[in-house]
Amino acid sequence: MTPAALVAEGWGWRHAGRAGWAVRGLDLRIEPGERVLLLGASGAGKSTLLRALAGVLGDDEGDQEGRLSIDGGDPRRARGRAGLVLQAPDANTVLERVGDDVAFGCENLAVPAERIAGRVAAALHAVGLTVPLDRSTSALSGGQQQRLAIAGVLAMEPGAVLLDEPTANLDPGGVVEVRDAVLAATAGATLVVVEHRVAVWQHHVDRVVVLQPGGGVLADGSPERVLGALGASLGAAGVWVPGPPPRPPRPAAVEGALLLEAVDLAAGRGGSAVGGAVDLRLCAGGALAVLGPNGAGKSTLALTLAGLLPPVAGDVVAAPALARGLKASPVRWRSRDLLSRIGCVFQQPEHQFLAPTVRQELAVGPRATRAPDVDEAVDAMLDRLRLAALADANPFTLSGGEQRRLSVATALATAPQVLVVDEPTFGQDAITWGALVDLFRGLLDAGTAVAAVTHDEDFAAALGAERLVLAAA
Amino acid sequence: MTGLLARAEPVARLLVALGFAAVLVISVDPVSAGTALVLGALLLPLAGARVRRVLVQAVPVLVAAPLAAVTIALYGAPSGRTLLAAGLVHVTEGSLVLALATLLRVLAIGLCGIGLLGGVDATRLADGMAQLLHLPVRFVLGALAAFRLFGLLGDDWRALALARRARGVADRGRVQRFAGQAFGLLVLSVRRATVLATAMEARGFGGPGPRTWARRARFGRPDLVLALGAAAVLAVAVAAAVLAGTWNPVAGLRG
Repeated sequence: MTPAALVAEGWGWRHAGRAGWAVRGLDLRIEPGERVLLLGASGAGKSTLLRALAGVLGDDEGDQEGRLSIDGGDPRRARGRAGLVLQAPDANTVLERVGDDVAFGCENLAVPAERIAGRVAAALHAVGLTVPLDRSTSALSGGQQQRLAIAGVLAMEPGAVLLDEPTANLDPGGVVEVRDAVLAATAGATLVVVEHRVAVWQHHVDRVVVLQPGGGVLADGSPERVLGALGASLGAAGVWVPGPPPRPPRPAAVEGALLLEAVDLAAGRGGSAVGGAVDLRLCAGGALAVLGPNGAGKSTLALTLAGLLPPVAGDVVAAPALARGLKASPVRWRSRDLLSRIGCVFQQPEHQFLAPTVRQELAVGPRATRAPDVDEAVDAMLDRLRLAALADANPFTLSGGEQRRLSVATALATAPQVLVVDEPTFGQDAITWGALVDLFRGLLDAGTAVAAVTHDEDFAAALGAERLVLAAA
Repeated sequence: MTGLLARAEPVARLLVALGFAAVLVISVDPVSAGTALVLGALLLPLAGARVRRVLVQAVPVLVAAPLAAVTIALYGAPSGRTLLAAGLVHVTEGSLVLALATLLRVLAIGLCGIGLLGGVDATRLADGMAQLLHLPVRFVLGALAAFRLFGLLGDDWRALALARRARGVADRGRVQRFAGQAFGLLVLSVRRATVLATAMEARGFGGPGPRTWARRARFGRPDLVLALGAAAVLAVAVAAAVLAGTWNPVAGLRG
């Protein structure tokens, strides 16, 4: 494979149905073989640019201005020159079996059949995915899915590899493994990586480009120059720069009354427990961080604590201060009774969206509890989580980071006494991260109990959270 | 599993099942259907069909066939000696024979069809449809990829149920709740399909040029054996019916 050159000249893109431009006035020249870390605040158009470079943004999906090219030609006519890995790892899977899925790209590019098997084996080896070729793609863990997605692109032997947050869903151990696999496997190709965790990549790229929300390039140069000299101003613009997190750790709060307790609790679905039994207590004003590797059962535990899944064994017990006259077992409460008691933010925000616009989405909860002044509360929440500009957008069309913010906002809108959140900081830029920490600290100070499933140690420390580490299943 | 069925092309299995059904549909008589059912039940396990799985998958057929037969026995076109008459119910010798013929025919087509197609691999079926039947690649592979998502619908449905409970909208009546959740699933499915289309394009799918196939589909000896076997079973069944004098092509085909 010969590395590809990627060029944007006054390029801009506006998604269909949106008033503002996702990217505008972008001038950028990426030389063949360069390794570029692409940064920018949430909503700065990083994913949009990657998709356009891969040639998968269609004319019916929005308006384009200026020019974008790969090796001098239109990316849409150069299928296969750039290989794109989409943000959510499972979104990249096309076929039922691992080997077939990796071969899919080769087939589309008309690689002779006798050479495909070799390419599949080489790509899987390069990313370190050692499962049988006939393994079902839906039986893979998050980290394996991510490796599979990258292998599917590598097998195409593209001139440019475009990765959208390739390590975001991985536990810290998996992050370094996948990064090293990517670096080893893409030697000789142009590489563009979008990633919030700058520290993971900064010593392994030639160049850092920072997109400005609303258009243009905010900074461009060597990692040392961009992250060193300009680091402070980038941090202020929401870019994650190495160094201490935007909010320092805080000591554990003085906890108030007991609200929710798990006794010898085994969580699981369909009657089989995912992890071992746990005991925990959530008190007013106290934070608990649930940590542990992918697949340890963190999300299932969260759903069980939130009164959504029945315990496989043991009990979730709501104290009288939380139950307020209801039974002690939250899973037996009515749905509406949960709203003001236990809020839950899911790992996949899309499952929770119910309304056609962001504004209506935020009003669902308050309406269900028949709260007064719904509109004012919604406006306040829009401002607090920097969603005001998107108030009329469809929740499904938001960027990954924006969707996550919205799902947190929907849970907060009904002011529950206990808040259970699954990966709340995933995909957030530094400003929003800080805003989320402030928000949660405010909730803790006001006496809300917070249980957060997270890989983000900084976030756990910033909340002064007690730590519960689940072991791998 | 190294039976004949496993070695045959899924497309061949599909074509044989269709041909089998087409021939049995021609005549409504107990002899041809009964012979085909008995021979099919004897031969399919030899070809590698798993009896247990076939019976489990055939539960709807096993339930529907007797119901259809009873209905025809009670209300079918009367002919021959009347055995029972009460109001609309009119059981005659002719309606009983027709009921038996219907029962056997539904069972023969249903069980043999499931036996032939049970456990067929969707990926290989799609390979065959595109390479052997030359159906449009976009359609076949699009359907195949969508088929995989179909399997994830169950997970989405369960997640939606929990998510809607967390959002406070799961208290409404059962019908309303189901409708709301079904709509949510529809929205989510459209969303997933859009993402899937992007993922497929990102891997070069839908380009103007030709495409190669990592898995080569071609007809071979197992397919020939399967087709000849099915043809032999049908020939015996039809011959038996003709000899027994029950061969009775449905009116439209008699000319």
